[in-house]
Amino acid sequence: MHETAATPSAVPDAHSVEEAKRHMRTYAIVGVALIIGTILTVWASYINFGSREINIVAALLIASTKGFLVAGFFMHLISEKRLIYSLLGCTVFFFAALMYLTVLSMQKGSIVHIQ
Amino acid sequence: MEIPYAVKARPDTGLYNAKVGIWLFLASEVMLFGALFSSYILLRVNAEPGTWPLHLLNVPLGATNTVVLIISSVTVVFGWASLKMNKFSSYKIFQGITILCALTFLSIKSFEYRDKFNHYEVQLKNGAFADGHIDRAKTTKDLFVFEKARVVADPSELMSPPEESHLTAMQFPMAEIKDRADGKGKEIENYGPWHSTYFAIYFVLTGLHALHVLGGALVIAVIWGPLAKLWKTDPERYTNRIEVTGLFWHFVDLIWIFLFPVLYLT
Repeated sequence: MHETAATPSAVPDAHSVEEAKRHMRTYAIVGVALIIGTILTVWASYINFGSREINIVAALLIASTKGFLVAGFFMHLISEKRLIYSLLGCTVFFFAALMYLTVLSMQKGSIVHIQ
Repeated sequence: MEIPYAVKARPDTGLYNAKVGIWLFLASEVMLFGALFSSYILLRVNAEPGTWPLHLLNVPLGATNTVVLIISSVTVVFGWASLKMNKFSSYKIFQGITILCALTFLSIKSFEYRDKFNHYEVQLKNGAFADGHIDRAKTTKDLFVFEKARVVADPSELMSPPEESHLTAMQFPMAEIKDRADGKGKEIENYGPWHSTYFAIYFVLTGLHALHVLGGALVIAVIWGPLAKLWKTDPERYTNRIEVTGLFWHFVDLIWIFLFPVLYLT
Protein backbone atom coordinates (compact mmCIF):
# COMPACT_ATOMS: atom_id res chain seq x y z
CA MET A 1 0.00 0.00 0.00
CA HIS A 2 1.42 3.39 -0.97
CA GLU A 3 0.26 6.86 -0.12
CA THR A 4 -0.24 9.40 -2.83
CA ALA A 5 2.52 11.94 -3.36
CA ALA A 6 1.98 15.41 -1.91
CA THR A 7 0.86 18.04 -4.32
CA PRO A 8 3.69 20.51 -5.09
CA SER A 9 1.48 23.52 -4.43
CA ALA A 10 -0.31 22.62 -1.24
CA VAL A 11 -2.45 25.73 -0.87
CA PRO A 12 -4.16 25.59 2.51
CA ASP A 13 -7.88 26.24 2.71
CA ALA A 14 -9.32 29.22 4.59
CA HIS A 15 -10.32 27.04 7.54
CA SER A 16 -6.82 25.67 8.14
CA VAL A 17 -5.34 29.19 7.82
CA GLU A 18 -7.76 30.43 10.49
CA GLU A 19 -6.89 27.39 12.61
CA ALA A 20 -3.16 28.11 12.29
CA LYS A 21 -3.68 31.78 13.20
CA ARG A 22 -5.66 30.75 16.29
CA HIS A 23 -2.87 28.34 17.24
CA MET A 24 -0.27 31.11 16.90
CA ARG A 25 -2.20 33.29 19.36
CA THR A 26 -2.27 30.37 21.82
CA TYR A 27 1.49 29.75 21.36
CA ALA A 28 2.22 33.43 22.06
CA ILE A 29 0.13 33.37 25.25
CA VAL A 30 1.83 30.14 26.40
CA GLY A 31 5.24 31.68 25.67
CA VAL A 32 4.45 34.72 27.83
CA ALA A 33 3.14 32.41 30.59
CA LEU A 34 6.41 30.44 30.48
CA ILE A 35 8.50 33.61 30.83
CA ILE A 36 6.34 34.74 33.77
CA GLY A 37 6.80 31.26 35.26
CA THR A 38 10.59 31.64 34.96
CA ILE A 39 10.51 34.99 36.80
CA LEU A 40 8.29 33.39 39.46
CA THR A 41 10.74 30.48 39.85
CA VAL A 42 13.70 32.80 40.46
CA TRP A 43 11.68 35.00 42.84
CA ALA A 44 10.41 31.99 44.84
CA SER A 45 13.93 30.61 45.25
CA TYR A 46 14.98 33.71 47.25
CA ILE A 47 11.93 33.62 49.55
CA ASN A 48 12.53 32.19 53.01
CA PHE A 49 9.65 29.77 53.58
CA GLY A 50 11.25 28.52 56.78
CA SER A 51 12.53 25.33 55.21
CA ARG A 52 14.62 24.56 52.10
CA GLU A 53 12.29 21.66 51.33
CA ILE A 54 9.40 24.08 50.73
CA ASN A 55 11.58 26.08 48.31
CA ILE A 56 12.40 22.85 46.42
CA VAL A 57 8.73 21.81 46.27
CA ALA A 58 7.73 25.32 45.08
CA ALA A 59 10.41 25.29 42.37
CA LEU A 60 9.36 21.83 41.16
CA LEU A 61 5.66 22.77 41.17
CA ILE A 62 6.32 25.82 38.98
CA ALA A 63 8.62 23.75 36.72
CA SER A 64 5.93 21.06 36.40
CA THR A 65 3.34 23.67 35.43
CA LYS A 66 5.72 25.07 32.81
CA GLY A 67 6.46 21.53 31.62
CA PHE A 68 2.73 20.89 31.23
CA LEU A 69 2.37 24.04 29.11
CA VAL A 70 5.26 23.03 26.82
CA ALA A 71 4.14 19.41 26.46
CA GLY A 72 0.43 20.23 26.23
CA PHE A 73 0.48 23.15 23.81
CA PHE A 74 3.83 23.25 21.98
CA MET A 75 4.03 19.46 21.63
CA HIS A 76 0.24 19.25 21.09
CA LEU A 77 -0.25 16.60 23.76
CA ILE A 78 -3.64 18.00 24.74
CA SER A 79 -5.02 16.76 21.41
CA GLU A 80 -2.81 13.88 20.28
CA LYS A 81 -3.59 10.47 18.80
CA ARG A 82 -4.25 7.43 20.99
CA LEU A 83 -1.02 5.67 19.97
CA ILE A 84 1.07 8.59 21.30
CA TYR A 85 -0.84 8.52 24.60
CA SER A 86 -0.26 4.75 24.90
CA LEU A 87 3.43 5.20 24.21
CA LEU A 88 3.68 8.03 26.75
CA GLY A 89 1.70 5.97 29.27
CA CYS A 90 4.44 3.31 29.11
CA THR A 91 7.11 6.01 29.50
CA VAL A 92 5.35 7.51 32.53
CA PHE A 93 5.03 4.03 34.08
CA PHE A 94 8.75 3.28 33.73
CA PHE A 95 9.76 6.80 34.81
CA ALA A 96 7.54 6.49 37.91
CA ALA A 97 9.10 3.07 38.63
CA LEU A 98 12.57 4.62 38.36
CA MET A 99 11.63 7.40 40.79
CA TYR A 100 10.01 4.86 43.14
CA LEU A 101 13.27 2.88 43.20
CA THR A 102 15.14 6.12 43.86
CA VAL A 103 12.95 6.95 46.86
CA LEU A 104 13.06 3.31 48.02
CA SER A 105 16.85 3.35 48.02
CA MET A 106 16.77 6.25 50.50
CA GLN A 107 14.80 4.23 53.09
CA LYS A 108 16.75 2.63 55.90
CA GLY A 109 16.96 -1.15 55.55
CA SER A 110 16.35 -1.01 51.81
CA ILE A 111 18.30 -3.54 49.77
CA VAL A 112 19.65 -0.67 47.69
CA HIS A 113 20.34 1.65 50.62
CA ILE A 114 23.34 3.91 50.12
CA GLN A 115 25.63 4.29 53.12
CA MET B 1 10.25 0.46 -3.33
CA GLU B 2 8.45 3.41 -1.83
CA ILE B 3 8.24 3.54 1.95
CA PRO B 4 4.59 3.78 3.00
CA TYR B 5 3.29 6.45 5.37
CA ALA B 6 6.38 8.63 5.11
CA VAL B 7 4.10 11.59 4.46
CA LYS B 8 0.49 10.54 4.78
CA ALA B 9 -0.86 9.23 8.06
CA ARG B 10 -1.66 5.56 8.54
CA PRO B 11 -5.45 5.18 8.53
CA ASP B 12 -5.47 3.08 11.73
CA THR B 13 -3.17 5.26 13.89
CA GLY B 14 -3.63 8.63 12.22
CA LEU B 15 0.16 9.15 12.36
CA TYR B 16 2.97 9.22 9.81
CA ASN B 17 6.14 7.17 10.43
CA ALA B 18 8.45 9.95 11.54
CA LYS B 19 6.05 11.15 14.21
CA VAL B 20 5.86 7.69 15.80
CA GLY B 21 9.65 7.47 15.48
CA ILE B 22 10.36 10.77 17.22
CA TRP B 23 7.98 9.97 20.09
CA LEU B 24 9.68 6.59 20.60
CA PHE B 25 13.04 8.39 20.62
CA LEU B 26 11.73 10.99 23.10
CA ALA B 27 10.48 8.18 25.35
CA SER B 28 14.03 6.79 25.48
CA GLU B 29 15.33 10.30 26.18
CA VAL B 30 12.94 10.65 29.13
CA MET B 31 14.53 7.53 30.63
CA LEU B 32 18.07 8.78 29.91
CA PHE B 33 17.52 12.11 31.66
CA GLY B 34 15.33 10.36 34.26
CA ALA B 35 18.28 8.16 35.26
CA LEU B 36 20.48 11.24 35.62
CA PHE B 37 17.83 13.09 37.65
CA SER B 38 17.58 10.00 39.85
CA SER B 39 21.37 10.10 40.34
CA TYR B 40 21.11 13.80 41.20
CA ILE B 41 18.45 13.12 43.85
CA LEU B 42 20.54 10.36 45.48
CA LEU B 43 23.70 12.49 45.47
CA ARG B 44 21.84 15.50 46.85
CA VAL B 45 20.01 13.63 49.61
CA ASN B 46 23.16 11.79 50.73
CA ALA B 47 25.42 14.87 50.61
CA GLU B 48 27.06 15.82 53.90
CA PRO B 49 25.67 19.05 55.44
CA GLY B 50 27.53 22.10 54.16
CA THR B 51 28.80 20.46 50.98
CA TRP B 52 25.95 21.31 48.57
CA PRO B 53 26.08 24.84 47.04
CA LEU B 54 23.11 27.20 46.85
CA HIS B 55 22.87 30.02 44.27
CA LEU B 56 26.58 29.54 43.52
CA LEU B 57 25.94 29.39 39.78
CA ASN B 58 25.14 32.57 37.87
CA VAL B 59 21.34 32.79 38.32
CA PRO B 60 20.77 35.77 35.92
CA LEU B 61 22.63 33.90 33.16
CA GLY B 62 20.69 30.68 33.85
CA ALA B 63 17.39 32.60 33.82
CA THR B 64 18.41 34.35 30.57
CA ASN B 65 19.12 30.97 28.99
CA THR B 66 15.70 29.73 30.12
CA VAL B 67 14.01 32.71 28.43
CA VAL B 68 16.15 32.18 25.29
CA LEU B 69 14.98 28.56 25.04
CA ILE B 70 11.34 29.56 25.64
CA ILE B 71 11.56 32.13 22.83
CA SER B 72 13.10 29.49 20.54
CA SER B 73 10.26 27.09 21.35
CA VAL B 74 7.73 29.78 20.41
CA THR B 75 9.52 30.53 17.11
CA VAL B 76 9.65 26.80 16.26
CA VAL B 77 5.86 26.46 16.55
CA PHE B 78 5.40 29.80 14.77
CA GLY B 79 7.58 28.47 11.93
CA TRP B 80 5.54 25.26 11.70
CA ALA B 81 2.24 27.22 11.76
CA SER B 82 3.62 29.52 9.02
CA LEU B 83 4.23 26.50 6.77
CA LYS B 84 0.67 25.32 7.48
CA MET B 85 -0.45 28.75 6.20
CA ASN B 86 1.83 28.39 3.16
CA LYS B 87 3.97 31.36 4.31
CA PHE B 88 7.46 30.04 3.58
CA SER B 89 9.22 33.40 4.05
CA SER B 90 7.71 33.78 7.56
CA TYR B 91 8.85 30.27 8.37
CA LYS B 92 12.40 31.16 7.28
CA ILE B 93 12.43 34.17 9.61
CA PHE B 94 11.00 32.32 12.61
CA GLN B 95 13.26 29.30 12.21
CA GLY B 96 16.24 31.61 11.66
CA ILE B 97 15.47 33.16 15.07
CA THR B 98 15.34 29.63 16.53
CA ILE B 99 18.87 28.94 15.25
CA LEU B 100 20.08 32.28 16.65
CA CYS B 101 18.51 31.43 20.03
CA ALA B 102 20.30 28.05 20.01
CA LEU B 103 23.62 29.78 19.33
CA THR B 104 22.90 32.34 22.07
CA PHE B 105 22.12 29.54 24.53
CA LEU B 106 25.35 27.71 23.71
CA SER B 107 27.40 30.92 23.91
CA ILE B 108 26.02 31.74 27.36
CA LYS B 109 26.60 28.14 28.48
CA SER B 110 30.21 28.14 27.28
CA PHE B 111 30.75 31.50 29.05
CA GLU B 112 29.46 29.90 32.26
CA TYR B 113 31.74 26.88 31.79
CA ARG B 114 34.75 29.13 31.16
CA ASP B 115 33.91 31.06 34.33
CA LYS B 116 33.93 27.83 36.36
CA PHE B 117 37.23 26.67 34.85
CA ASN B 118 38.80 30.02 35.88
CA HIS B 119 37.32 29.83 39.39
CA TYR B 120 39.83 28.34 41.84
CA GLU B 121 39.81 27.12 45.41
CA VAL B 122 43.21 27.19 47.12
CA GLN B 123 43.87 25.57 50.50
CA LEU B 124 46.41 27.49 52.56
CA LYS B 125 48.89 26.04 55.07
CA ASN B 126 47.21 28.01 57.88
CA GLY B 127 44.00 26.00 57.27
CA ALA B 128 42.08 28.80 55.52
CA PHE B 129 40.62 28.61 52.00
CA ALA B 130 41.13 31.25 49.31
CA ASP B 131 38.48 31.26 46.60
CA GLY B 132 38.12 33.36 43.46
CA HIS B 133 39.02 33.86 39.82
CA ILE B 134 42.58 33.30 38.71
CA ASP B 135 44.64 36.02 37.06
CA ARG B 136 46.42 33.78 34.54
CA ALA B 137 48.65 36.54 33.22
CA LYS B 138 50.19 37.19 36.64
CA THR B 139 50.22 33.65 38.06
CA THR B 140 53.64 31.98 37.96
CA LYS B 141 55.07 28.74 39.32
CA ASP B 142 56.01 30.64 42.50
CA LEU B 143 52.98 32.86 42.89
CA PHE B 144 49.22 32.25 42.63
CA VAL B 145 47.31 35.45 41.77
CA PHE B 146 43.55 35.99 42.09
CA GLU B 147 41.79 38.78 40.18
CA LYS B 148 39.20 38.85 42.98
CA ALA B 149 38.93 36.45 45.88
CA ARG B 150 37.80 35.87 49.45
CA VAL B 151 39.42 33.93 52.28
CA VAL B 152 37.29 31.80 54.60
CA ALA B 153 38.11 29.57 57.55
CA ASP B 154 35.33 27.02 56.99
CA PRO B 155 34.88 25.44 53.50
CA SER B 156 31.08 25.32 54.03
CA GLU B 157 31.17 29.14 53.66
CA LEU B 158 32.15 28.56 50.02
CA MET B 159 28.76 26.96 49.31
CA SER B 160 27.07 30.34 48.87
CA PRO B 161 28.11 33.25 46.65
CA PRO B 162 30.23 36.03 48.23
CA GLU B 163 29.21 39.65 48.62
CA GLU B 164 30.86 41.53 45.77
CA SER B 165 32.18 44.10 48.27
CA HIS B 166 34.04 41.34 50.16
CA LEU B 167 36.13 40.39 47.12
CA THR B 168 39.61 41.83 46.68
CA ALA B 169 42.66 41.13 44.53
CA MET B 170 44.95 38.66 46.31
CA GLN B 171 48.13 36.73 45.74
CA PHE B 172 49.76 33.84 47.57
CA PRO B 173 53.34 32.56 47.30
CA MET B 174 53.27 28.83 46.51
CA ALA B 175 55.16 28.26 49.79
CA GLU B 176 52.00 29.37 51.68
CA ILE B 177 49.79 26.87 49.84
CA LYS B 178 49.20 23.44 51.35
CA ASP B 179 50.83 20.42 49.65
CA ARG B 180 48.58 17.65 48.39
CA ALA B 181 48.42 14.51 50.53
CA ASP B 182 49.76 12.41 47.64
CA GLY B 183 52.73 14.79 47.27
CA LYS B 184 51.78 15.66 43.69
CA GLY B 185 51.66 19.45 43.73
CA LYS B 186 49.58 21.88 45.74
CA GLU B 187 45.96 21.97 46.96
CA ILE B 188 44.84 24.12 44.04
CA GLU B 189 41.71 23.13 42.14
CA ASN B 190 39.33 24.85 39.77
CA TYR B 191 35.54 24.37 39.72
CA GLY B 192 35.60 21.69 37.01
CA PRO B 193 33.64 18.41 37.24
CA TRP B 194 36.38 16.99 39.54
CA HIS B 195 35.86 19.72 42.16
CA SER B 196 32.88 18.20 43.99
CA THR B 197 29.91 15.86 43.61
CA TYR B 198 27.71 18.85 42.82
CA PHE B 199 29.92 20.07 39.98
CA ALA B 200 30.29 16.52 38.63
CA ILE B 201 26.52 16.12 38.23
CA TYR B 202 26.16 19.76 37.08
CA PHE B 203 28.60 19.27 34.20
CA VAL B 204 27.13 15.87 33.24
CA LEU B 205 23.53 17.15 33.16
CA THR B 206 24.19 20.50 31.50
CA GLY B 207 26.84 19.04 29.14
CA LEU B 208 24.45 16.34 27.91
CA HIS B 209 21.71 18.93 27.54
CA ALA B 210 24.04 21.28 25.62
CA LEU B 211 24.89 18.41 23.23
CA HIS B 212 21.15 18.01 22.62
CA VAL B 213 20.85 21.74 21.90
CA LEU B 214 23.79 21.55 19.50
CA GLY B 215 22.43 18.44 17.72
CA GLY B 216 18.92 19.89 17.47
CA ALA B 217 20.23 23.22 16.16
CA LEU B 218 22.33 21.47 13.51
CA VAL B 219 19.36 19.44 12.23
CA ILE B 220 17.09 22.51 12.25
CA ALA B 221 19.77 24.52 10.39
CA VAL B 222 20.26 21.84 7.72
CA ILE B 223 16.50 21.59 7.09
CA TRP B 224 16.24 25.41 7.13
CA GLY B 225 19.14 25.84 4.68
CA PRO B 226 20.33 23.15 2.27
CA LEU B 227 17.19 20.98 2.48
CA ALA B 228 14.73 23.86 2.08
CA LYS B 229 14.32 23.06 -1.62
CA LEU B 230 12.10 20.13 -0.58
CA TRP B 231 9.40 22.68 0.16
CA LYS B 232 9.00 23.27 -3.59
CA THR B 233 8.66 19.58 -4.49
CA ASP B 234 7.01 18.06 -1.43
CA PRO B 235 5.69 20.74 0.98
CA GLU B 236 3.74 18.30 3.13
CA ARG B 237 6.82 16.19 3.80
CA TYR B 238 8.86 19.33 4.53
CA THR B 239 6.22 20.53 7.03
CA ASN B 240 6.28 17.13 8.72
CA ARG B 241 10.05 17.41 9.12
CA ILE B 242 9.59 20.75 10.83
CA GLU B 243 6.99 19.24 13.15
CA VAL B 244 9.30 16.35 14.08
CA THR B 245 12.37 18.53 14.71
CA GLY B 246 10.09 20.91 16.63
CA LEU B 247 9.00 18.07 18.95
CA PHE B 248 12.65 17.32 19.70
CA TRP B 249 13.34 21.02 20.30
CA HIS B 250 10.42 21.36 22.75
CA PHE B 251 11.73 18.32 24.61
CA VAL B 252 15.12 20.02 24.95
CA ASP B 253 13.32 23.10 26.32
CA LEU B 254 11.31 20.88 28.69
CA ILE B 255 14.47 19.32 30.14
CA TRP B 256 16.02 22.76 30.74
CA ILE B 257 12.83 23.91 32.51
CA PHE B 258 13.61 21.29 35.18
CA LEU B 259 17.42 21.60 35.08
CA PHE B 260 17.37 25.35 35.78
CA PRO B 261 15.59 25.32 39.17
CA VAL B 262 17.22 22.04 40.24
CA LEU B 263 20.82 23.11 39.55
CA TYR B 264 20.71 26.90 39.91
CA LEU B 265 18.05 27.65 42.48
CA THR B 266 17.55 24.87 45.03
